[in-house]
Amino acid sequence: MKLGFTPAEERFRDEAASWLRGQLAGPFRDLRGETSMSGRLERRMQWERALGAARFSCIGWPQEFGGRGATLAEQVIFAEEYARAGAPGRIGHMGVELAGPTILTFGTAAQKARFLPPIARGEEFWCQGYSEPNAGSDLANVRTRAVLTDAPGGREWVLNGQKIWTSLAQFADWAFVVCRTEEGSQGHRGLSYLLVPMRQSGVTVRPIRQMTGEAEFNETFFADARTAADNVVGAAGDGWRIAMGTLAFERGVSTLGQQMSFRNELGAIMQAARANGLLADPLIRQRLAHAHIGLKLMRYSALRMLASAEAGRLSNEAYTYKIFWATWRKKLGELALDVLGPRGEIASAPPYEWALLPSVFLASRADTIYGGTNQIQRNIIAERALGLPREPRGS
Amino acid sequence: MQFIHSEEQQLIRATARGFLAAYDPARVRAAMRAPGGFDADLWQQLSGELGWCGLAVPEAYGGAGLGWVELCLLQEEQGRRLVASPFFGTVALAAPLIQAAGTEAQRAGWLKRIASGGVRIACALSGEQGHPPPQGAAVTLDTHTGRFVLNGVSDFVIHAEGADAFLVLARGPQAGALSLVVLPASTRGITLEPHVMLDLTRPMARLSFQDAPVAAEQVLGAPGAAAAAAERGLNLALIALAAEALGGAERVLEMTTEYVKQRVQFGRPVGSFQAVKHRLADMMVQVEAAKSAAWYAACVADEASEELAEAAAIAKSYCCDAFFDCAANAIQLHGGIGFTWEHEAHLYFKRARASATLLGSPAWQRERLMRVLGADAAAAPVY
Repeated sequence: MKLGFTPAEERFRDEAASWLRGQLAGPFRDLRGETSMSGRLERRMQWERALGAARFSCIGWPQEFGGRGATLAEQVIFAEEYARAGAPGRIGHMGVELAGPTILTFGTAAQKARFLPPIARGEEFWCQGYSEPNAGSDLANVRTRAVLTDAPGGREWVLNGQKIWTSLAQFADWAFVVCRTEEGSQGHRGLSYLLVPMRQSGVTVRPIRQMTGEAEFNETFFADARTAADNVVGAAGDGWRIAMGTLAFERGVSTLGQQMSFRNELGAIMQAARANGLLADPLIRQRLAHAHIGLKLMRYSALRMLASAEAGRLSNEAYTYKIFWATWRKKLGELALDVLGPRGEIASAPPYEWALLPSVFLASRADTIYGGTNQIQRNIIAERALGLPREPRGS
Repeated sequence: MQFIHSEEQQLIRATARGFLAAYDPARVRAAMRAPGGFDADLWQQLSGELGWCGLAVPEAYGGAGLGWVELCLLQEEQGRRLVASPFFGTVALAAPLIQAAGTEAQRAGWLKRIASGGVRIACALSGEQGHPPPQGAAVTLDTHTGRFVLNGVSDFVIHAEGADAFLVLARGPQAGALSLVVLPASTRGITLEPHVMLDLTRPMARLSFQDAPVAAEQVLGAPGAAAAAAERGLNLALIALAAEALGGAERVLEMTTEYVKQRVQFGRPVGSFQAVKHRLADMMVQVEAAKSAAWYAACVADEASEELAEAAAIAKSYCCDAFFDCAANAIQLHGGIGFTWEHEAHLYFKRARASATLLGSPAWQRERLMRVLGADAAAAPVY
């Protein structure tokens, strides 16, 4: 058992930190501390391309696809330095953290060569077509259908149906879509994982305004939308396994560095408490201490997951990490508004713009819903990690 | 970065777990009734042939020279089994205080005896109100006709009965100073009154000192210069206590998981109901976070001392809260049987409560944490 990074890893940290600082003090200083999920899209797409050009976009990928073949430790270090530098949220996240790793793990050589480099260069953006109006927590209930059809240029999948909560679909070039490809199939059988171009007449995107006031997610409609027969990851009918793989990535490395941005949020709350005198309130002090403890435990747990993964061991903390951080951040948002007091409820600008801390209060309500609700997480922990009997299924 | 137990460390855990497998609740209950409230046979074995007492003592003093990470594994395993023994008080509390405060000769003398299992030391650290040390120290070290004497009352002294020596955290001899004194339990002027405590597995007593004579060499280090050493030693003890609480929390989670799998109501195992399984899931979330807290703090104890106070406060407060919540849930999820004297759930519940109180409650540790971060009541931490 040993803490601390190796000298080589610390050198990588210095390199990453100095590049990030230079960019965010220089050409991208306007994006430093950007808190919205989808604001200032044009500039943020430029930022993604700058990351790609410096090979800092997908550092864990092999060199041939635009990565650096970085170790897990280096990926954590980069994520930490990224947040420490106040760099904006990754709008390329769906490609970088979800589509890319899925294609890397399950895709064909041709799919890797076609799709990975443009993601790493920040040139193609992705969105996720999983949830439907009747397939939320019960993801296996998807109804969107795809049928292999003869077409002049070769066989194609033709898709029909509706997806919902498709974050950033409004500017995505591609979607990874879970859909039913076997007529009459039910549940997780008969599903396929298709890669579908978004810029075509068969695809319609309608923004949904969220409780934050932003419209970061959408409804996406497929009406005879088309994609080439080759654009299926894994075998047709094997979509459930691939989709679960993507969810594992969502719960994996991509969350390891996020406690650095949480640290910035807690730091802002500490500052606010000092400024308005609430730091002398014993109840607030207890809650601040709780928040600090939770933050540190996320870091310690992330380091454990990293070490377990490198040792190839099964790690139980991986099951509990999502519910822990999501619950923590929701409480952090509540603490933020309690510390700010009534002034925290005044918007920073019309129509409904919010400063960092009220944004945390609002946005964190989604944390315990997306990527598996807290209730689903508890089922997973109880059934898979503790081995309790499975929930009875309705017919 | 290798935040994972090595093969050797896992072997230490497995060996300890194997050895303690025979230590069932019947033996815990026997120890509760035994003289001094501990299992003398078990103590003989773990301090003798197993060499547990010397595990973290430097080789120069006859120990195995391993670290706090390894010692905390033994603490976890004993916590799982609710072992009633003077191990924590002697090896995880007295030893680090002596190591931090003693002169070379004092360390050599006492740590050798601890490592060999030849001595049990009880630590008198708090006054009658039980305020946590070091601030709660109440006994005074005075100079009386040119000799040191101890006066006053120290309460909540764990495993005092049957101890060979007392380690006393005292105020003085100068105003505002702290001293650490080790003296034989048989020293005149010391009266011991045992309590019946909520937690029957960790007995406590009240010690009264009336002009108890202290020889100069019984004062660890320079008289009145023990503040920093006390701080370090106490932080190490907090981490070991957190590890013990983690073991208890993990064990009650296992116990309860097994129970709800086999207990059938409404024609199905109660563990199939979400109302039950979600509570168990929450327990596991706490247990996993407690592991991170305790293991990280143990690492910090062995390497990066600037984080020591922070990591110790985090580990003590989080692990003790987690243990209490898990033990309370264990009673609830066992239903009526969980409320009986016969079932062991209450033994864990009471150990959890008493461990939370010992050496500063979770709330007290959180306030301490705020100060460690640089936030006294008037200033925010530098973040």
